[in-house]
This record gives sequence, C-alpha cells and structure tokens, in this order.
Amino acid sequence: MSDVIGVSCRKAFTETLLELAKRDKDIVAVTSDARGSVTLDEFAIQLPGQFIEVGIAEQNSVGIGAGLAVCGKKVFVCGPASFLSARSLEQVKVDVAYTNANVKVIGVSGGVSYGALGASHHSLHDIAVMRAIPGITVMLPCDAAQTRKMTRVLADFDGPVYVRMGRNPVPDVYINADPAFEPGKSNLLMNGSDIAIIGTGETVRHALDAGLLLMKKGIHARVIDMHTIKPLDRDTVIKAAEETGHIITVEEHSIHGGLGAAVAETIVQSKPVPMRILGIPDETVITGTSSEVFRHYGLTGESICKAAEDLLMVG
Amino acid sequence: MDKIAELKKRAIETRIDLIKMIYNAKAGHTGGSLSSTDIIVALYYGIMRFDIHNPKWENRDRFVLSKGHSVEAYYAVLANIGFFPREELASYSRYGSKLIGHPSTAVPGVEINTGALGHGLSAGVGMALAGKMDGRDYRVYVLMGDGEQAEGSIWEAAMAGANYRLDNLIGIIDRNRLQITGNTENVMKLESLKDKWTAFGWEVVETEGHDMAQLIDTFSKLPVVKGKPHLVIANTVKGKGVSFMENVAKWHHGVPSKEQTEKALEELNEQLSEVINE
Repeated sequence: MSDVIGVSCRKAFTETLLELAKRDKDIVAVTSDARGSVTLDEFAIQLPGQFIEVGIAEQNSVGIGAGLAVCGKKVFVCGPASFLSARSLEQVKVDVAYTNANVKVIGVSGGVSYGALGASHHSLHDIAVMRAIPGITVMLPCDAAQTRKMTRVLADFDGPVYVRMGRNPVPDVYINADPAFEPGKSNLLMNGSDIAIIGTGETVRHALDAGLLLMKKGIHARVIDMHTIKPLDRDTVIKAAEETGHIITVEEHSIHGGLGAAVAETIVQSKPVPMRILGIPDETVITGTSSEVFRHYGLTGESICKAAEDLLMVG
Repeated sequence: MDKIAELKKRAIETRIDLIKMIYNAKAGHTGGSLSSTDIIVALYYGIMRFDIHNPKWENRDRFVLSKGHSVEAYYAVLANIGFFPREELASYSRYGSKLIGHPSTAVPGVEINTGALGHGLSAGVGMALAGKMDGRDYRVYVLMGDGEQAEGSIWEAAMAGANYRLDNLIGIIDRNRLQITGNTENVMKLESLKDKWTAFGWEVVETEGHDMAQLIDTFSKLPVVKGKPHLVIANTVKGKGVSFMENVAKWHHGVPSKEQTEKALEELNEQLSEVINE
C-alpha cells in the first residue's frame, strides 16, 4: 500500500473547496502569497470575488479572515503551517479562537513536508500550541479521500478549526471515496486487541503498515486514525487502553505536546498502560526529504512495528 | 439643547461612568479611556448607523476598538445607548462578569474580541471587504492608539486597505502622545504619522479629538476621496477632563483613590453643569 503514490492532501482540499465555493458565495479563501503553495491558483482564477490575497503578511491574513467571518463569511485562511501556526498565532488565539469566529486556518505543507528547507519551514510545534488554545478544533487528514470529506464537513462546521495537512502526494489509506469523518470521532482501521497504534495525518498510513507487518508475526494490532486531536476521542483511547493494554502513538510532530501527549494525558488519568510516543525528538531536525526524515526518526511501518514488539516485550 | 451640546453632555456623562467603573473595579485604563471618550461618543451618538434592538443587523456600521484597553469608555457608551442595562457597568472586571478588561463579544454591541494591540485594523479590513463583497454600504470604524502604531501588523493592514480601495474603512488614531512608558516620540518615534499613512495610500484627515463639533464635521464628510481608505488623526489629551490626570503617563492604567475619585467626579460634574447651562 505504501508504495502507491496518490494525490496530495492540499490538492484534494483546494479542488473540493472550489467545488463547494461555486455553490456557496459565502465561502472565501484568504492567502498570503501562497496560492501556488496551497494550490489555490484555480480557485483564484475561477472565483476572484471570493479570493483575498494579502501578500506576504500571515498575521494580516488571519486578522482579515476573522473580520470577514464576523460579517457572515465562511473563511478558509490558507498558507504554510509553519507560518500560520507561529507568525500569526496571536491572531489565531485572539481574533479567531477567542472571538469564536468561523475561520478555518488551513496549514499546508505541515510537519516536515518541506524536508531539506529546514526548521524554519517545518511545523513540529503546531499541534501543541493550537491544542492549548480554548475553543479551536485541531484536525489532520491522512489522505486525499479523507481530506475531500473533511473539507465538505468543514464548510458546514460553524467555528474555529486548525487543519494541518502535508505537501506531498500520499498513498490512499481509505479505498472508499466517501470515508466516515465525524469531528472528534476517530476511525478504526484495524481492530486487534494485542496493542493499539494511534496515528494522525500522514503517519496514519505508516501506523497501518505497522499493523499489517505485525499481523504477519501473529500480533493483532488495533490501528486508529485520530484525525481530530482536539477534541480528542477519549472514549476510543480509554477503550484501547483497557482492551489492548499497550499504546503507541505516531506523529509528524515534536514528541512534546502533540498526539502522544494528548493520549497520555487521557490514559494516565483513567487507565494507565505502558506507552510509547513516536515523533520528532527535541532537536534540530536532520536534513533530508520528508521520507528520509520519517525513516531517520523511526516513523515508518518497520520501525513502528519494531517499537510495538519492544513495548510488548517490556509490558 | 442643540445636537453638539447634547453630545458634549453625553461625553461628560461617559467620563463620569468610566471613572466610577475604574474606581469600583480598582483596575482599568483611565488615561486612554478619557482621551478616547469624545471620539467614541461622536461615532455612536452622532455618526454610526445601528439598531440597538437588533445588534446583528447586517447593514449596521461596525466599530472596532483596536486599542482595546480604552474599554471602559466603550462599555459605558454601549450601555448608555441601550445595548445592555446600565446597572451591569457596576460589574466591570468583577468575578465572573462578562464585562472583561478588554472588549469581548460576550457584550452586546461588540463586534470582535480585541486587546492584543495591532489586530483591529486587519479585522476592520476583513469587515470592509465583506461589505464590498455583499454590496452593502455600511462603514467600518477602527479606533487605534498612537503607541499602537509601532505594531508591524498595523502596516500590513494599512497596505491591504489601500490595495483593496476600501473607502468604507475609516481608521482613527487617538493621538494623545503618551504611552505607558512616556512620550510616544521618546519611546519609538512615530512622526510623521500623516506622511506614513499617506505613503501607504490612505487619505489622511486631522481633527481636534475633543472638539465635538469638529469631530462630527470631520466624520460626516467622509469619504472625501472615493476608492481610498481614510485615516483620521484625532489630536487628544491623555486623561482629558480630569485636571490632575491630563498629560500624565502614569494615568495610563492608574486607578484613582477615593479622594482622587471624588475630586475627578466633582470636576466632571462642574463641566456637566456648564454644558447644561450653556
């Protein structure tokens, strides 16, 4: 499965947004000289009246988005996740989340998508910071089909959301073109009971690869796609702890404050079980393509499989 | 009483309310609220279009208090004009109150939460763009501080306002020349504000920020140029209306003692009598 290259999430998002915006004139896309990077060129050409370019000014893009939203617009502010989640964080916190403005902050090319462009362009802190802001939902889609579905759901979702998606084409996790997507409700991909592997965004398919490798070794993993990190699907996490007794989380994010932290905070207060948090350690990320970085830090199927076997030995 | 005298009276009453609010709460931004009072009163009582019975009326004029710390004057005007009961002003900053120390949409009439400086003009650009998109003729007024002009995000918004030719957008600077540390020109040189805003593509108008007749005259004539956003530099006095607070930086967020409050209210009541007897 991992060898099949599909469509990038950003492309799936913008194609769907354009379809939706043609039918709903209140949908507005705002960007900060990132129409190419987001793949909004076609949107800008076809719907110039619903497209706002602010130039290289990420703070302004979010502030303008909030102003549009409180006047009834369904706003999608789109730009690189690295900048939207850092440079304009205060606008996200105050103008969007605190006001409860109907703005979707769409961070593309998130995590280590930009590979060798380096730490300035990575967003490995975004889940942690967004998760600590009251009133904002945090989502990471894992493939094109899920991104399309998520975009349709978001068009009717009234409230602040931060979405982080990747830059590069990704293999399909969902064969169904219309996969279930309910905000705050994770999807079960494999229903084993020996160990639970929870992924989010582009790590989901690596978690699934690990589940398939473990199956060949007679270990039945439960693989969960945690597309919404906030609000976290606590019931599913606690059930996984109770029924499998071991949890591994996998994320394209710092090991501090992200998916692993959210899961750990939940189970440590309800059903503590042995756990491993796989992600990017607290260091300057090694230079390389995003796949090289994934391999380097053990975020691919084989490494996750090995981590699972180790955890089962210990626990 | 003619219209201008009526507005002067409203402004003094607002100052009385805000001094009481700050004294009761033992917290607040006294100096900036007093310098902003006449501008806010002029807009709400003399210029802006809205419906207190329908605060979300789609074609209402919008006001954004980018210098969110002048919130006491803003809340007092919103209450006095009828957006919420006057009695609620007594709960300002109290435990559990919706009247927080910076504007919040929990308060009827407030359009967007502010308080972090440098944000309001971007929000105003968004509101003005929405008006243009929807073919509505409402105006958007954004009141900024002068110290706030050091925030880089204001200039991002300034570029966008001119780029999108937002002649429905009016920025206002409460130019009281003092910020928390002292004189604005000593903290971070701002002048020439007129040249800067003009260079950014805005039509700049200067006015006396405590002359009610001039404020109404200035705002009534906008926009003077089609296709350009407008910036009103309102020359004001920090602490205006209370002799011992005027032009003293420490009153930025100074809270008056019981004696100082009595003295301030005495001065303001004298001014009120003068306006009524004019």
